[in-house]
Amino acid sequence: MDATPIIEVIDLVKQYPGRTALDRLNFVVGRGEVVGFLGPNGAGKSTTMRILSGFLPATRGTARVAGFDVFHEAEEVRRRIGYMPENNPLHLDMRVREYLRFRARLKGLGGRRRRQRVDAVLQQCGLTEVQNRIIGQLSKGYRQRVGLADALVHEPDLIILDEPTIGLDPHQIRAVRALIKELGQKHTVFLSTHILSEVEMTCSRVIIIHQGRILAADTTQNLERDLALDGQVVAEMAASVDAVVEAFRDFPELEALDVAVVDDDFVRVSFTPRNGTDLRTPIYEQVVQQGWRLRELTRSRHSLEDIFIHLTKNRKEEG
Amino acid sequence: MMVFFALVRRELGGVFKSWVGYVVMAVVIWQVGWSLLDLISRLSGTSVVVPLPQLFYQSLYFWMTLLTTAPLITMRSFASERASGTYEALMTTPVGDVQVVLAKFAGALAFYLLTWMPLVAVLAVLRQVAHEPAFLDPYTTSGAFLGIFLIGSLYLSMGCLASALTRSQMVAAILSFMGGLGLWGISLGSAGDRPAIGRWGPLLDHVSVVRQMTDFAAGVIDSRHVVFLVGGVVFFLFLTTRVVESRRWK
Repeated sequence: MDATPIIEVIDLVKQYPGRTALDRLNFVVGRGEVVGFLGPNGAGKSTTMRILSGFLPATRGTARVAGFDVFHEAEEVRRRIGYMPENNPLHLDMRVREYLRFRARLKGLGGRRRRQRVDAVLQQCGLTEVQNRIIGQLSKGYRQRVGLADALVHEPDLIILDEPTIGLDPHQIRAVRALIKELGQKHTVFLSTHILSEVEMTCSRVIIIHQGRILAADTTQNLERDLALDGQVVAEMAASVDAVVEAFRDFPELEALDVAVVDDDFVRVSFTPRNGTDLRTPIYEQVVQQGWRLRELTRSRHSLEDIFIHLTKNRKEEG
Repeated sequence: MMVFFALVRRELGGVFKSWVGYVVMAVVIWQVGWSLLDLISRLSGTSVVVPLPQLFYQSLYFWMTLLTTAPLITMRSFASERASGTYEALMTTPVGDVQVVLAKFAGALAFYLLTWMPLVAVLAVLRQVAHEPAFLDPYTTSGAFLGIFLIGSLYLSMGCLASALTRSQMVAAILSFMGGLGLWGISLGSAGDRPAIGRWGPLLDHVSVVRQMTDFAAGVIDSRHVVFLVGGVVFFLFLTTRVVESRRWK
């Protein structure tokens, strides 16, 4: 596989009159990744995607897709990306198949290969049944699939999706997410969203952007660990409060302990570790050693939402 | 070329799938029909010595048609795509800016020429009724159609530029109409079919589209007119391309 990163962004700056939309952005996306670009509305997600797709120029800095400069080699870049802009603009007066054929032509697909690819994406995106319907008469969920099919039709190296589930109902969101997850098995996907759970469900890595700057970029697990947000373990065991405090008094890597009586036999204990260490195994071993009965042992995971709030809060406090 | 024709087809398809295409065709058919009635009534009263097409192109009907239809045809070109967002989807495919501009212009031109087809029927009817082939000789008729083609192209290229400047179809139509009206107004300043007088007379004469059309309709193909009109089309399409490219400088 080609070792060149599919996206390479170096010191990217985009200024509009009176406002800086992107402030020295740096990130890399490797081939085969599904990366979520996460941030609140107005954080600079769409601007970044528009620059990557060659639609807008950057004020300063460099952005490369598959090694090609997005500004100086825009045509090469466009050949390699499948881009679904925000709000998924489509020609509503066209029929689904007709639209995909038109888009395939624009992307340079001719003759038999065009027919094959259109058939393939119709099937892949579950559009075969509605292929002769007018796009304007389709539900938003189906239209979103048409947008995805368009992005896929020329088998691009990179799929860029700007807010792919915006404005959909929960059922449609679920269907589109499943489709994106499926795409992620074969393609590199770079998708933006302001819905945190979306990234958790569909992406292997997340880049968090806020006010034009990257706050964090890593897998959600690593972010949790690095930010020491996770690791609290809750256990319910049959023991007295004093016995529990005594048993865990000199426990390594334990920051704090909180015990509460649940019912006659059981106490509920919250263990807070140092540096996000996973305490479940040592706790289990200790409980076994003490000969206590154990009915629950859970490590609480912090969601991406917690990470996001934590990061943006810090940023605000710094500001 | 495949991409170019796909875009032209899309432009034509878009016109026929919207109310604009049918309104424009109705307007042209109505104006051509009305002018036919007018010509018949004039011809039945007095005899004329000028070729029939010339009579038609001196009439207000022709200019009304041109001034109103060109903005209606071209207002969609860029403005509607920008308003709906499909412009971004188009400009992020591997299609060059020049290709997009030329295809949009060609699509508008193809539709414009299609709307003039009823005129062929009118001329055929007149040839039958007048029993005088000299009125409709191939030279004047082909000259007239060349005039329709070239002057129409100029107006449509102006319309493309107007459409590229805004995301509002209404504003695009108004801008294009005002530009077209201005050019026609200058032509009236040159007194139409008569040589203009005064300091600016020769210049007004040269840029007068009414005068150019009169010459074409008389079967006179003046290379100066052709150069002026083709140059105008190239100029406006060049400006349109620059406007389309301008998003890459901002």
